[in-house]
Amino acid sequence: MTATDGDRRDGGRADDPNRRHWRFLLLVVLVGTIIVEPLLWFVIRVHMPPGRQTTAAQGDQFDATVLTMMASPVVIAVLAYFTYAMVVWRHPKGAPLVDGPPIRSNLKVQASWLFMTSAIVMGAFVFGTYELIVPAGAGGGEGPSPIWTPTSKTILPVQVIGQQWQWTYRYPTYGGFETTQLVLPDNTWIAFHVTSLDVIHSFWAYQLGVKADANPQVDDVAFTKTQQTGKVTVRCDELCGIWHGAMYNYGYVVSRSSFNSWALRTEKRQAPLTKLLPPFSWTYSPSANGAGGGYYPSSIPFPSSESYGKGASGPEGNLPGVKVSHKGLSGGQ
Amino acid sequence: MSKGARLAVVLVFVAVGMGMIVFGVMTYVRENPPTVDFTTGHRPGAPVHLTIQTVGTIGFGPHPSWVSYLVKAPDGKWVHTTLWKVPAHTTIDVTVLEYDGATPLRNQFYGEVQGVGNTYTVNGRHMSLIKATSTAAGVAHTFSVPHLGINIPLYAVPSSESAHECSSAPCHPASAHQTITFSFNSGGVHEDRWQCFIPCGAGWLDGNGGPMQTIGYMGGFLEVTA
Ligand SMILES: [Cu+2]
Ligand SMILES: [Cu+2]
Repeated sequence: MTATDGDRRDGGRADDPNRRHWRFLLLVVLVGTIIVEPLLWFVIRVHMPPGRQTTAAQGDQFDATVLTMMASPVVIAVLAYFTYAMVVWRHPKGAPLVDGPPIRSNLKVQASWLFMTSAIVMGAFVFGTYELIVPAGAGGGEGPSPIWTPTSKTILPVQVIGQQWQWTYRYPTYGGFETTQLVLPDNTWIAFHVTSLDVIHSFWAYQLGVKADANPQVDDVAFTKTQQTGKVTVRCDELCGIWHGAMYNYGYVVSRSSFNSWALRTEKRQAPLTKLLPPFSWTYSPSANGAGGGYYPSSIPFPSSESYGKGASGPEGNLPGVKVSHKGLSGGQ
Repeated sequence: MSKGARLAVVLVFVAVGMGMIVFGVMTYVRENPPTVDFTTGHRPGAPVHLTIQTVGTIGFGPHPSWVSYLVKAPDGKWVHTTLWKVPAHTTIDVTVLEYDGATPLRNQFYGEVQGVGNTYTVNGRHMSLIKATSTAAGVAHTFSVPHLGINIPLYAVPSSESAHECSSAPCHPASAHQTITFSFNSGGVHEDRWQCFIPCGAGWLDGNGGPMQTIGYMGGFLEVTA
């Protein structure tokens, strides 16, 4: 039996080398954490993806920062231990090779390991679940009857239609015109109604922090509030066939007044086409084999019985739940 | 023959067999239709004349029953490909000889002419929107380059003329057809996919399989080079 082995089992003595190792490592982790955490919160956070163009994006940024802050003490501990082991416990050159002490169970180490890992995992679980729910679904698709909805009574609905292989958008509060351009007003709650005319696509508006599946004959609703103007990248995030990789385009968040004039202009310009489109509806039912007669008729008429924003009087009369009007947007309320 | 020699012979045969399989698979995987080049000999500033045709059945090759595009190479020969190389910042004057009947659009949105100003004509007549909801008349295919904002509905041969329809490519103007013209600027150096937005892959899921997902038939690349 070696001297070290005896020391370890005695334990508790102040000059115990094991204690010394632990104390030093703990100090390194503590100091490292004290330095890194404020850095993450005050310096790194604002640069975290996907930015803060919407409330959902800012929520993503907050979540990513908090989770990084939770993980960083663990990373520091692992790196510190590796470095310490390599430097302090290095085998001296030329010294004879001696077997180390046998490893026995250590209740203190086991208990604290179990406690700490459980705490970290449970923390991530509780925090993640809360964050997913509370900011109106965190920008994710909530299905046709969203459980978590914004309290704002002015919500601009924008329909997102996926089809092999391009996104188009319909604006029901502007006569239901259809366009390939995604233009959104700043400082406004948006309700994305995502659907598909063929296979499953996924609407991923990166800088908006919004991602929602586009299923045929499903009205997948995702909410977010814009809070910065700028460019938006939209990608399809569900492998949908040969041109899936080309299924992206760019959108813009602009001031309310420029949005309003764009929308009115486009509504007017697209009027001849809009007349030929099926009446605006939350979903459309294409035939299974498009070649057999696949024009897409409405299946759920607009407006449907969605519950968000109820009680708000629609300025256009026929649009319950949607208070964002031409006037409301340009004049500000 | 000794044991070692027999083993060597077997190993050689196995290696040759494996090589042939790998070669066959790789040849198949790397197979691509040819690219038709409109850049060699192109005078800067001069427009490029691109003549293409769409046919209901290609009539030859591995999928004779599929719908397809063809392109007229600078030497005047029709080539079965959807890969075209054109010069940058150049006006491309396109003539489409459309020989196919109508398939209803899944989304009438693609019945609208987009991105080519008012250069779009059908048999010499200017148009901007085609109602595309029936098989009797309407749109046969579209030529669309989404990232250039271009969408060209190709007016179909009406069903009343189906007796004169062309059944095998390349088709000749003696068969019933529509002549569609439009012009666009090729833009800077880049590569763009183009595709048809009519679910014309009859018999496949959503009409979007087969020719709709095979390069050389209903989609390809526009290679814009300096
Ligand atoms: Cu897709
Ligand atoms: Cu087609």
